[in-house]
Amino acid sequence: MKKVFAFALVLAMVFALCAPAYADGAIKIGGTGPLTGGAAIYGMAVKNAAEIAVEEINAKGGIQFELRFEDDTHDAEKAVNAYNTLKDWGMQISTGSVTSKPCEATSAETYADRIFALTPSASSVATVTGKDNQFQMCFTDPNQGSASAQYIADKKLASKVAVIWKNDDVYSKGIYETFMAAAPGLGLEVVSDTTFNDGNATDFSVQIADAQSKGAELVFLPMYYDAASLILTQASAAGYAPIWFGVDGMDGILSLEGFDTSLAEGVYLLTPFNADSDDEATKAFVAKYQEKFGEIPNQFAADAYDVVYAYAQACEAAGITADMSAEEICDKMIEQFTSMTFNGLTGEGMTWAADGTVTKSPKGMIIENGAYVGID
Amino acid sequence: MSFLNFLISGISLGSIYAIIALGYTMVYGIAKMLNFAHGDVIMVGAYVCFLAVSKSGLPPVVGILAAVVVCTVLGMVIEKLAYKPLRQATSLAVLITAIGVSYFLQNAALLLWTPNPKIFPALFARTVDGKKVTGFQLFDGQLRISYVTVITIIACIIIMVVLTLFTSRTRTGKAMRACSEDKGAAQLMGINVDTTISITFAIGSGLAAIAGVLLCSAYPTLVPTTGSMPGIKAFTAAVFGGIGSIPGAFIGGLLLGVIEILAKAYISTQMSDAIVFLVLIIVLLVKPAGLLGKKISEKV
Repeated sequence: MKKVFAFALVLAMVFALCAPAYADGAIKIGGTGPLTGGAAIYGMAVKNAAEIAVEEINAKGGIQFELRFEDDTHDAEKAVNAYNTLKDWGMQISTGSVTSKPCEATSAETYADRIFALTPSASSVATVTGKDNQFQMCFTDPNQGSASAQYIADKKLASKVAVIWKNDDVYSKGIYETFMAAAPGLGLEVVSDTTFNDGNATDFSVQIADAQSKGAELVFLPMYYDAASLILTQASAAGYAPIWFGVDGMDGILSLEGFDTSLAEGVYLLTPFNADSDDEATKAFVAKYQEKFGEIPNQFAADAYDVVYAYAQACEAAGITADMSAEEICDKMIEQFTSMTFNGLTGEGMTWAADGTVTKSPKGMIIENGAYVGID
Repeated sequence: MSFLNFLISGISLGSIYAIIALGYTMVYGIAKMLNFAHGDVIMVGAYVCFLAVSKSGLPPVVGILAAVVVCTVLGMVIEKLAYKPLRQATSLAVLITAIGVSYFLQNAALLLWTPNPKIFPALFARTVDGKKVTGFQLFDGQLRISYVTVITIIACIIIMVVLTLFTSRTRTGKAMRACSEDKGAAQLMGINVDTTISITFAIGSGLAAIAGVLLCSAYPTLVPTTGSMPGIKAFTAAVFGGIGSIPGAFIGGLLLGVIEILAKAYISTQMSDAIVFLVLIIVLLVKPAGLLGKKISEKV
């Protein structure tokens, strides 16, 4: 046993010695996300889209990227392990983690190690607060909550509102809190406020009955679409048809296999990306994604695609080369991201504040005849 | 009237817990092991039925039968490969193995069927004027009962009666009870303990398939982790009712569902799970063997 161990150790050392000798002039981008487990749909979308973007950028011949994506199964501890693997590999810039909980853990590491990170989709505030080198491509949760309240009030969709949210999920809770803070000032009355969690995300009859009996005209659903699909199904069986209003987690509900899309008819959602858009860049991306992976890309994919392109733009502008250390790159990146303007699939004229949050305008969308249609 | 509606929701959720709990308690009662992979066999059953009905367009009855057959075989294979070699090992080793099997099934399902949620077809619905109706209404639509609830309760009762008759009347059933009392003595009496335990797993897994179909008919979002949470709740229900007791599983399941929904409706949606488990703790403090459980005194 000891001999085997010693031999393995020797092998490991040999490989460790070999590793630095291998350098091909590509900047190493690393990221973690759930590639397996319940949230894998998001991690796979990010990984796939980032791969497409890296391929495209490398094909142009200028800046060269090398992408490595590790599985974190939407678990904070595994995300840190995955992050350490990436660090050993020599990651120079990071795409953080895909989902909020793991990203809160890895962002503390990237902050301590001075590795710049731009997460495509981890939207909780805690991922960026107090960390000068952590940036987001997506809206922060509060931004989504207040933007939703603003949108509902501006469009006069309803005055009596119900909220159903998931109380063991930072994403849902963050949106809920700012929605609740913004609602009274905008003349929205929240008549029903109910929750669920992982353990009881099957039966929503109580939450639906509460909203219905209190006369809510609109139900706000700050959650992912898998739970939302159950709520829509059960509300329809209970004969309740308010206006449904979702956020970016609702994106994907139409591609749910076997889902009766008529249930989602008339559902509003605020999201920065519309796969049906006529925009040339979006069309090309959607076509390529579909050809490669056989699916329509969701908003997470678009965010990831933008992350890689934003990196390309920033690296070019700052003259980053592959032989620079992560720390050097980090300082230059902070400078770039706080000053540059980026046009991507998920918005025109995006800018970043020093706290790492992005400014871009969400697009209101409604589901009509089984497709997302932009309202504005 | 809203109270009645909540009660019905509670019964419908509880009947799902009950049918899962029956499988748990059956295997525990005889093989004396907690098959934590039970929830995941449920998930496999639901996927098989989904594939047969939604993908291959087979009639629901064929889908359900296919699920039962696949799960029964799966249950026997799991037993043969994972549990049988541990027959002489401590119960802790078997428990950990069961957790391992549970993860294995979940991850195998992720590879096979991808993590993207699938919506289970409405098997128990009739078409009225081109619209699918999944339940019936009483008192001018004030009370709504879904067909799945009725079918689940009927299925629970049938399974309960059949299982009770099976274990008390048939030769195999009697052999099972003998094994549960004393494996060694049963073997001396000429009972093939290995085969008997294999049969127990086959039956338990067949029940899991039916539970899977009913679970996903009631709550149609199907993902590879679909079975795990209801599985744990159903296990709680089985303990609540007295693990090993067949009627106990039924009552435990129903009560758990009703308490969960009423706690949500009248106390707090945030606190419902805490309340459910608080009730469980209180019941176990007062009756450590569960509501209908047999108290076994240890001979020292």
